[in-house]
Amino acid sequence: MSETIGYIMITVGVLFDVLGCVGLVRLPDVYNRLQAATKCVTLGTCLILFGVAVMGFGSGQNAMAVKSLICAAFVLITSPTGAHALARGSHKAGVPLWQGSVIDQYQEYEETKS
Amino acid sequence: MKAIIQFLIMIALWLLLTWSLQPADVIAGIVISILTVALMGNIFLDKAARLFNPIRLFWGILYIPYLLWYILIANFDVAYRVLNPAMPIRPGIVKIKTCLETEMGKTFLANSITLTPGTLTVDIIGQDLYIHWINVKYDNDIEAQSYEIAGKFERILRRIFE
Repeated sequence: MSETIGYIMITVGVLFDVLGCVGLVRLPDVYNRLQAATKCVTLGTCLILFGVAVMGFGSGQNAMAVKSLICAAFVLITSPTGAHALARGSHKAGVPLWQGSVIDQYQEYEETKS
Repeated sequence: MKAIIQFLIMIALWLLLTWSLQPADVIAGIVISILTVALMGNIFLDKAARLFNPIRLFWGILYIPYLLWYILIANFDVAYRVLNPAMPIRPGIVKIKTCLETEMGKTFLANSITLTPGTLTVDIIGQDLYIHWINVKYDNDIEAQSYEIAGKFERILRRIFE
C-alpha cells in the first residue's frame, strides 16, 4: 500500500519536474525562466522525496525516510534563495528583461541611487 | 544562550542524518557541531529563543500547510502559462512595501513570495521588496501590489517573527 502511494507521488513529482523543464525552454528571458524553474522543480523534487519517505516508512527503513524528509526541508529553503541570488546577480550584471515586459521599478531604483 | 540553541539544532540534525547512536558517531557529531557554531555562529538569527514561544510555534506549524497550498496553486499557474500555446505572460519588476521589521521575517516573506504564483523576489532593500511578477496587474500602484503579493503571508509571519 505505502509502496503504491510512494510510486504515485514520485510519478507526479517527475511530471512537475518535466513541466519546469518545458518552462525553461519556452519562456523568454532569465527571470521568467527562473520562475518556472523554482516553482515546478521545488514541488517536483519535494514530492519525489516525500514519495521516498512514504516508501521508507512503509518498508521499515526509517533512516532513509528521515533523511529524505530533511532533504525536502532543505530544498524548500535553499531553492528560492538560490533563485533570488541568480535573479539579483543577473539584474546587477545587466541582463535585460524581455522586450514584452511592462515595468521595471528595480531599474528605476538603481538609476536614482547612482 | 544563542550558541547553546544553535548547538542543539546542529546535533539534532546530525543525529537525524546519521540515524545511529554509536559513540563514535555521536562524538564526531558533537565535535562538528561545536566547530560549526564557532565558525558560523555570527550569521545565526539574533533572537532565536523567542521562536520557542508556544504561540509563535503554533503559528509556525500552521504556516507550513498554508505555504504548501500556495506552492500547489503556483505550480498549476506555471503549468497553465507554460503549456498554453499563446503563453499569457505580462512580466515586469514591481516594488512592494512590507510591514515586517525583523531580518528573519523578511527572509521568510521573500522565500514564500518566490514559491507562490507568478512572483520571484529579486532584491530586498530596507522595507522595500523588488518582485519579478509574471503577470503584472496594476500600473505602479504600490499599495495594491503589496496587498496582492505579500498580504496573505504577512498576516501570519507577523505573528511568528515580530
